[in-house]
Amino acid sequence: MSNFKEFTKGLIKENPNLIGLLGMCPTLAVTNQAKNGLGMGLATTFVLVCSNLIISLLKNAIPKSVKLPCYIVIIAGFVTLVEFILHGYVPSLYESLGTFLSLITVNCIILGRAEMFASKNKVIPSICDGLGMGLGFTLSLFLIASVREILGAGQWMGMTISDKIEPMSIFVMSPGGFFVLGCIIALVNKIAKRRPPEKIGCAGCPNAAVCGQKGECAE
Amino acid sequence: MKTIFTLMLTAILTDNIVLSKFMGICPFLGVSKKLSSSLGMGAAVIFVMACATVVTYPVYALILEPNNLTYLRTVAFILIIALFVQLVEIILKKIMPPLYNALGVYLPLITTNCAVLGVTLQNIDNGFSFGISVLNSVFVGMAFTLALILFSGVRSRIENADIPDTFKGVPSTLIAASIVSVSFMAFSGMQIG
Repeated sequence: MSNFKEFTKGLIKENPNLIGLLGMCPTLAVTNQAKNGLGMGLATTFVLVCSNLIISLLKNAIPKSVKLPCYIVIIAGFVTLVEFILHGYVPSLYESLGTFLSLITVNCIILGRAEMFASKNKVIPSICDGLGMGLGFTLSLFLIASVREILGAGQWMGMTISDKIEPMSIFVMSPGGFFVLGCIIALVNKIAKRRPPEKIGCAGCPNAAVCGQKGECAE
Repeated sequence: MKTIFTLMLTAILTDNIVLSKFMGICPFLGVSKKLSSSLGMGAAVIFVMACATVVTYPVYALILEPNNLTYLRTVAFILIIALFVQLVEIILKKIMPPLYNALGVYLPLITTNCAVLGVTLQNIDNGFSFGISVLNSVFVGMAFTLALILFSGVRSRIENADIPDTFKGVPSTLIAASIVSVSFMAFSGMQIG
């Protein structure tokens, strides 16, 4: 039961993207098409589950002083694996994600979960946590990408919706990304009836361990 | 000379790393509240980007490429960057305490800044030579700093504005970023070179 809870918390209640405000770079960069958002989300989920699994197994073997480089190497290994798989089986997705596929390595969600969950918990809960957080991230990317593709290109998953309405192409360009993400976060806050986050505090920042929670960045 | 000028304009205005390529959004949203911290972060990023390129380019060209190990570049680069940042921190602390005090807090945050890894990977993807790669990294760092400085000005205005409750904080920041990004889009119509 508790494992199931670890899984579901990441989907909506503690969604890493819309509530935790982590992993903003891929959220903005690859959400110009729904299928790119979906692909990026699933690739990240795969890396997250695998890295959580390995890190929770090695939690006693990794010395504290070098944990960050250790985590990064484990994550980068799985990212390379995903690059191979996509390059071989889904070359079109590999092309459209481009550099951002390699940049999954520095996605704060993965490092954040490694630091905050996998390094403190047993294997099964860590896998559930990774799966939930990953799917929550996928869900939010898919939502943002759908809004942007429908408004900006008049299409959804490559299918044309209506020929009568002229699409507003600014939504698939960079300003549209910032705008849609801002509006969706505001909407989530409205629905959840919670005060919007003032800043990305140390609690939600995976870098907190590195900078010793000096809190300077949020000033 | 002309190509260098083109490279500079492209990196800073038309292909701004933050506003049109979406790299380094976390520090862009997190650190841009005050002008002084924007400057500190920007300087640290320019420094680390240039140095990271100087270190990773030879590793790629001299070790990975001749041995057909190019697929290991993500692992190799991020490890080099992580180690390098720690090294720089230790050296600065010993040799130049004033500079360390100015940049110190921002240095560790840069390890996980996707803009640094992104730039080193893109230099390779674009097939730049060593000199051009280093210059490009400096220009991209300057672009990052420009975006941060401009945006810290915008943000200090938002602080005092009367915004609906739901939009306070991050949503309003993102929408302001969208408007700043529109202004940078205007440069994309420019014919360079």
